[in-house]
Amino acid sequence: MKIVLIDYGAGNVQSVKYALNRLGIEPSLTKDHDEIKSADKVIFPGVGSAKAAMEQLKASGLDALIPTLTQPVLGICVGMQLMCKHSEEGDVQCLGIIDSEVKKFKPGLKIPHMGWNNISNLKSPLFQGLPTEHQVYFVHSYYVPVNEYTIATTDYSNDFSAAIKKDNFYAVQFHAEKSGDIGEQILKKFLAL
Amino acid sequence: MLSKRIIPCLDIKDGRTVKGVNFVGLRDAGDPVDLAELYSKEGADELVFLDITATHEKRKTLLELVTRVAERINIPFTVGGGISEIDDAYALLKAGADKISINSAAVKRPELINELNAHFGAQFVVVAIDAKKTEDGWKVFLRGGRDRTELDLFEWAKEVEERGAGEILFTSMNHDGTKAGFANEELARLSESLNIPIIASGGAGTMEHFKDTFIEGKSDAALAASIFHFKEISIPDLKGYLKEEKIPIRL
Repeated sequence: MKIVLIDYGAGNVQSVKYALNRLGIEPSLTKDHDEIKSADKVIFPGVGSAKAAMEQLKASGLDALIPTLTQPVLGICVGMQLMCKHSEEGDVQCLGIIDSEVKKFKPGLKIPHMGWNNISNLKSPLFQGLPTEHQVYFVHSYYVPVNEYTIATTDYSNDFSAAIKKDNFYAVQFHAEKSGDIGEQILKKFLAL
Repeated sequence: MLSKRIIPCLDIKDGRTVKGVNFVGLRDAGDPVDLAELYSKEGADELVFLDITATHEKRKTLLELVTRVAERINIPFTVGGGISEIDDAYALLKAGADKISINSAAVKRPELINELNAHFGAQFVVVAIDAKKTEDGWKVFLRGGRDRTELDLFEWAKEVEERGAGEILFTSMNHDGTKAGFANEELARLSESLNIPIIASGGAGTMEHFKDTFIEGKSDAALAASIFHFKEISIPDLKGYLKEEKIPIRL
């Protein structure tokens, strides 16, 4: 099985790579279009600001490629936000795979939303067989509201999308690669899709 | 609900854990990676590695250690010590650190916080503040409490937030090492006046102290070193206790 980690200069590629290594998988880190297209599974990570990340994607033409992918794709954190239509972070147009805004948490809350929180309303094979206690690790200041593509929610003053799915595109707001054994189980489920 | 975090802190010198303790089940009590893995398995929510070598010749040892931690540990970890410029932070990011912690470098050149934020995002930047209560109020200290500055704790914390830190690690020098509890009054004041998470540090001695800092101190996380290293409190016992006390915690 060929797993590709899109390496476009935005963030935590290394952490995701190590998490996959712990599962016995050696992913290929690349921004090469042909290599990404021919992969069995594609992981699309990201940290930092949505605007900077979009600029990086555009610089390598990945903004046009990613929405056309047909194999399972997993967005992580900012990767998930970039799959949406538009982000309030830097007022930037994103990839538009999922028809949703990315919004800033309202004032009065501690931002970033940082730490371990529950995921609920789980509606995807990604979360099958998880134990009853399943907290995962979040670090983010912007969020995707609950919408028709939401497959998991988390409560931080209000419910937001902890995970979304449309067709072959899956995405998690939390850092599955840093979410202990639960995170590893979720990554495994994605790899088994 | 967002859980309160329990964070063991490991002091590192020349790539080894300082205060090596004989832990059952460790191949090598001085290897930070073994200890980190043990804490992670026991339920620690994050880890902090504080490099007290911090000489330039030894930076490579630290980077190798960070990579080994990142390869094996599946929870987030912060690395602090000796970071004074963007390149130091970038090397740690590349080695696999999730966050970096800066202290005196931020006091000497506060713009560093803005620069780190711009390069890596707020989530990567922890600012550690050591402070002591003096006749003139709470002052920021450097070098483990040896050098006094004229910065007021609360004003400096506000500035740190405004410049783009994602988190503050506050150590009260009055409480550190006393095992008499955290500086909850000051922590609560920080937590209420700022909008970023606050990690309490200094003073942990009993499990009740953790409960108190989460309730009275309104802390988002609590850090401790020796009580975990010397097994005075085990993380599973602590988390079980906090859960019973209705503190939101990850088991």
